[in-house]
Parts: sequence; structure tokens; C-alpha cells
Amino acid sequence: MIPYAYLILLLPLLAFVIQMFFGKRLPRQGDFVSVTAVLLTLAFAIAMLAMMFVLYDPHFSIEQKFSWIDIGEFKVTMGVYIDNMTLIMLFVVALVSSLVHIYSIGYMKGDQRYSRYFGYLSLFTFAMNGVVLSANFFSIFIFWELVGVSSYLLIGFWFEKDSASDAGKKAFLVNRIGDVGMLIGIMLAWRAIGTFNFQEIFHAIDNGSLTGSALTVAGIMVFCGAIGKSAQFPLHVWLPDAMEGPTPVSALIHAATMVAAGVYMTARIFPMLSADAQLVIAYFGGFTALFAATIAMTQNDIKRVLAYSTVSQLGYMIMALGVGHFVAAFFHLVTHAWFKALLFLGSGSVIHAMHHAMDKVGDHETDPQDMRNMGGLRKKMPATYITFLVATLAISGIPFTSGFLSKDAILGGSLAYAMNHPQHFLLPVFGFGAAIITAFYMFRQVFMTFFGQPARQDLYEHIHESPQVMTVPLGILATLSVFMFYTLPSLNPFTTEGWFSHLIQQPETVAGEHTATVLEHLTHALHIAHVPSMIISVIFALTGISLAYFFYFTKSWNAEKVAKKISPLYKLSLNKYYIDEIYSKTIIQPFLGACRALAIFDMEMYDKVVIDGFAYTTRAISRIARWFDDVVVDGILVNGVGRIVLMFSAILRLFQTGRLQSYVMMMLFGIIILFAIFMF
Amino acid sequence: MNHLEVYLIIGAILFSLGLFAVITRRNAIAVLMGIELILNSANLNFVAFAKYSSVNLDGHVFAIFVIIMAAAEVAVALAIVLNIYNNLNTINVDDASTLRG
Repeated sequence: MIPYAYLILLLPLLAFVIQMFFGKRLPRQGDFVSVTAVLLTLAFAIAMLAMMFVLYDPHFSIEQKFSWIDIGEFKVTMGVYIDNMTLIMLFVVALVSSLVHIYSIGYMKGDQRYSRYFGYLSLFTFAMNGVVLSANFFSIFIFWELVGVSSYLLIGFWFEKDSASDAGKKAFLVNRIGDVGMLIGIMLAWRAIGTFNFQEIFHAIDNGSLTGSALTVAGIMVFCGAIGKSAQFPLHVWLPDAMEGPTPVSALIHAATMVAAGVYMTARIFPMLSADAQLVIAYFGGFTALFAATIAMTQNDIKRVLAYSTVSQLGYMIMALGVGHFVAAFFHLVTHAWFKALLFLGSGSVIHAMHHAMDKVGDHETDPQDMRNMGGLRKKMPATYITFLVATLAISGIPFTSGFLSKDAILGGSLAYAMNHPQHFLLPVFGFGAAIITAFYMFRQVFMTFFGQPARQDLYEHIHESPQVMTVPLGILATLSVFMFYTLPSLNPFTTEGWFSHLIQQPETVAGEHTATVLEHLTHALHIAHVPSMIISVIFALTGISLAYFFYFTKSWNAEKVAKKISPLYKLSLNKYYIDEIYSKTIIQPFLGACRALAIFDMEMYDKVVIDGFAYTTRAISRIARWFDDVVVDGILVNGVGRIVLMFSAILRLFQTGRLQSYVMMMLFGIIILFAIFMF
Repeated sequence: MNHLEVYLIIGAILFSLGLFAVITRRNAIAVLMGIELILNSANLNFVAFAKYSSVNLDGHVFAIFVIIMAAAEVAVALAIVLNIYNNLNTINVDDASTLRG
């Protein structure tokens, strides 16, 4: 498996290099290079997944490492770590990436930087595979930053638009805040244990090298990286803005894989999260899940709804990790990757159609992403509509879909946790609250986009279904949103029992304690919580759907009137709780103000006094130096030497008469003198 | 009187005459002639010492070398004299004094 893993890692890198240097000169601008590379990684990922099924071993893991940096005490190894979680994640990344590559051939057709786009996608695939395969903190951090870079490049892909380049910068800077925390956490772990390797760290924690509050702090600090990358409150602000990038990119990076890397990383380091750290994580996730869902309710931009929905779903996963339901978190990560990628690609298909229609009509003012300009598209775009609906059912948690299983597992987990720790009753409240709102806003989106009367009849005329290169990936993703792919060999749609729950298991020790008792505690509560949570979640989902139905389908309730009645709340949600404004007022503006003050200080004080002062002093000193140079060095030393030489030459030149005979005479006398000396 | 001494005395007289010519003569050709006398006095000494001291031929060989050297030296020297004449229209060595200090 190890050579496969390296191939999976390096093929996209090779494609990236080829694209960057030769992309434009290749036929079709070289898109086939990236597509071939990613399809090969998909083939290898499937092969490895097949091996996993053949082995069918929950405790399967292999690690391969080699020394990378070796300076005295400081030793860093590189290498890959593979277990079942890695294999499933590799498959998710490879498949979503492949589908997005193929979809992009249609979506990005005719773009002026077509080959560079595919190069960036390959770079991202390489970095993401690196995160998944990393065996230690050092390499995961490197790849972590690499996915950040490729995300930055792709968000700002249409950098001619200020909003796109700003969004790219914002994403990069906000992520940096989380990454600094992560780096501190890594250093804390390294200081205490002296290694970056995950397995060695977990082993050391089991042996009690890092305990108590130090362990809690290290865990939370590393989790900070996930807060940034997985867009958890309060660092969620970058993700909605990241929708400025091309829609396939949103599907790949900002829905299915990169943002899930935070969850994956937290799951990877799960054994080093102490109970306190887990509680903090649970609250971060739970709050984010509800908070982002309430914003998604009122957004009108088709992609922004999905962006906030992603934030909310990521919150679910984080909460599941926090309450200790490790399997549910990773399960939701996988199912969410499929249906959220599908939702984004579906919305991309709609936006694509809107763009074309607007081009035909010659309209360049209308926002092609605003759902208020859509409506009734289901007849014009049947394939997009059906697949979108499947994903919507999945994310809302309707039975027989994958989302139902994974979401229910998380909700059950939070309920079980609250049963064991009644003081934390807020966690299931967050979870169930978000569930009802999720169903509401997703069906609001479906009704506004695909049902009802077309808002713009002139555009509607020109709308038509996207090409097959775009709809086929939608179909594949929709198929994967059906429950039975995760429950086989069992076909019971109401329980997560199946290969997934067999192969993915809670780590045996967490924060140095054996989880068996904790797990038993949780499993016991889960048994009790399972059925009630399922019933409640289905009821809540149906409630949300019917609310959306009355507001946006039959319009028997007027959404605008309700919005007016609760105007302050509505405005709060529409404006995303003014988080951006608050950051702007409390952080960015004061910071800019301080910068301005410093600029004035720099110009007036530093430049005029210090820099110019230096110049004046230098000039004054130079004058003295020049005088010294002229008089002492040149006058006395240089010319002095010359004068001395001249003086002696005046004597010596007397002998140089130019007369041959006098020279001979001198020679004669010299010989006589020499004779005299030798004689006596 | 020893035979060797006769040769040495004749060589010393020749040397003195040559040196006298080199020092007193202003004509470059005459100076060259003086040099020739000096060289031949040295040759005389070489051959005399070779004959009267040991049995090897070093002295004779040296004398032949000196004769060859003298021929070459005269060739160069006469060329220089010719050039001086071309430039200064005289062969008086006192007039060729541009190298004086």
C-alpha cells in the first residue's frame, strides 16, 4: 500500500508542475494532464479501499517513515500513516476531486486562465492528500499550509474582481490566526514529548508524559487550527466570502475536502484531547452549528446559503468529536462531502445556466447567484433539479439518505452526552435547533430556485440544462447519498450498523485513559438516546420542510410580513449578526487607525528626525573626514612618501649621467673596492 | 720565470688596454673594440689555466664559447650602433645619453 500512497501523493504534484510550465502550450491547454493524474489517484484510492475491505480489520494501520531533519536533539521524520480512516478519506478526496476536475472542463470552458486553474486544482489535490496521509504534526502542518495556499489561489482566481482578491486575502489571514494557535499546540506537544509523530505522541500521553491542564491546553491550541480551517465561530467569516471563487472550487475545497480537513485533523489527534478540551470543542462546534444555520435562513445568494450550511454542518462534526462520538463525526464528514459537493456543483450548474441566459439577453446587471432572480427551473434543468433535491433530502436528514444516518448519529451522540452530563443540556439543543433550521433553509432554497413562477421570464426562456460533463458528476454524487453504501451488508436504513461502523472505531485510549469505560458509558446512553433522537430529528426535519413549504411554495404565509414583525432578528440574521462589521470596528479599524498613527509617526518623527538626522550627521562627519583625507592622508602620507622618494632620487640621479664611460669607471672602482675588501 | 705567469701578465696587459679603450674612447666602434680586447684577455687566461693546471678541457671549451658569444654580442651591438647613428646622426657615445637621470 505504501507505494500506492506515495503515487497518490505525488501524481497531482507532477500534474501541477507540468501545468505550470507547459500547460498553455499543450493541446486543450493541458486539462487532460490534471484530469489523468487525478483519475489515476482515484484508481489507486479505489484499489486501496478494496484492500481495506479484503483485510476488514478495524485495527489496521501501517506507518512508513524516514528521517528528514536530524540536528542533534531535533529530529523530524517524514512519512505516511495509513489506517482505515486514511483510506476512506483518500477515496473521498480522490473521487470529489476527480468529479470536480471533470465538471470543471465544462464549467471553466473558455476561461482565460484555464490551464492555470487545473494546475491549482492539482496542487490542491496534492496538498490535501498530504494532509490525509501525514504521520506527524510537522508534515501535516506543511500540507495544512499548502491547502491554505491553493485555497487562496483559487478563491482569488478571478482576481480582476476586487471582491475575489479581497476574499482570498481574507481567507488566508483568518486561517493564519487559527494556524498560529495550531503551531503553538504543536510546539507544546513537542516540548513535553520531544517528537512530532502522532503515534509516538499518543504513546507518550498514555505513559503520562503530558497530562492535566498542559495536555488540555495543547489539545485546544491544536484545535485552533481546525477552528480556522473548518470555519468555526469566531473564525468562520472567511468561508462565505470564499464563494467568490469558481463554483467547482467551492464544491471541492470549501465544502467537501479542505474545510473537512480541520475535522479530520481533530479526529487524527483525538487521543490527545483531554475531557476538558473535548468539552470546549463540543461547545465551539455546537454553537457554530446553530449560529451558522440561523444566518443561512435569510441569505438570498444561492452559494452563500450553502456556505453557511457548510459552516453549520462542520459545526456538527466538531460537536460530535467534542461529545466523544468519534465515529459519527467521521461518518458525517464522509456523507457530508458527497451531498455538499453535490449541492455546490448543482448550484454551479444553475449559475452557469443563468450566466448563459444573461449573456443571451445582454443583461450584465442582474446577479446570477441571487435566488430571487430564479424560480421554476425544475422544468428546464431536470437533471440538476433531481440531484439537487436528493442532496437536500440528505442534508435535511430524511430517512433512506446517508445524511439521515450520520446526522442522527451526531444528534444521538449529543443527546447521550447530555444524559450523562445534564449540565451540558445546551449541546443537544444546539444540534436539534440546527436540524430544524437546516431543513427549513435547504427547502427554502429548493422552492425559490426550482419551483414557483420564474422571476425573470426573459431569462427563463434561455435557461437550459448544463452539458453532460457537468450533469454526470452530479448523478454519481447523488447516488452516493443513498444510505446503503454505508450500511452494507446490512440494509436497515435506520441504523448505522454496517461496514463503516465496523471499520472505523474509537481510539482505544484518549488522553491517557482507556476509553472502554467511557465508551461503554456513551454506548449505553446512545442505546437509550438512539430512538428518541431519531424520532425527534425526523419530526424536526419535517417541521422545517413544512415551514419552508408554507412560506415559499404555497406562499400561504407571507415571509416578508413575518420578517417585518421580527424585524430586529431578521436584520441580525440577514447581516450575519454583523460579525464582519464587529471585526471591522473592533479589530480592523483600530488596527488601521494604529497603522495610520504609526505612519504619521514614521513620516514626521522617524523620517524627519531620525533618518534626516542621520543624513545631517553623516554630512557633517563627511566634511571632517574629507578635510582629514585631503590634508592628512593625501597631504602628509601620500605626498610625503612621494617627496621622500624624490629627495633620495635627487642624490641617486647624480650617478645616472648617461655617459657610458663614467659607468665603466664606476664599475672599475667597484671592482677595485671589492678586491680590497676580499684582500684584507 | 714560470710560463703561466707570462700568459697571465700578457692577459693583464691586454685587459688594461681594453679597459683603457672602453673608458677613454668616445667612438662607439672603438668602445666595442676595447670590449673585444677584454674578452680576449679573459680567453687567454682560460686557455693558460687549462694548459697548466689539470688535464681537462673546460678552459678550452669556455674559450670557444666566449668567442661565439663575442661574435653574437658584436652583431647586436653593431645593430644598436647603427640605430643610434640613424637617430642621432653620430656614433659618439656621450651624445647617446637620453637615459641619464
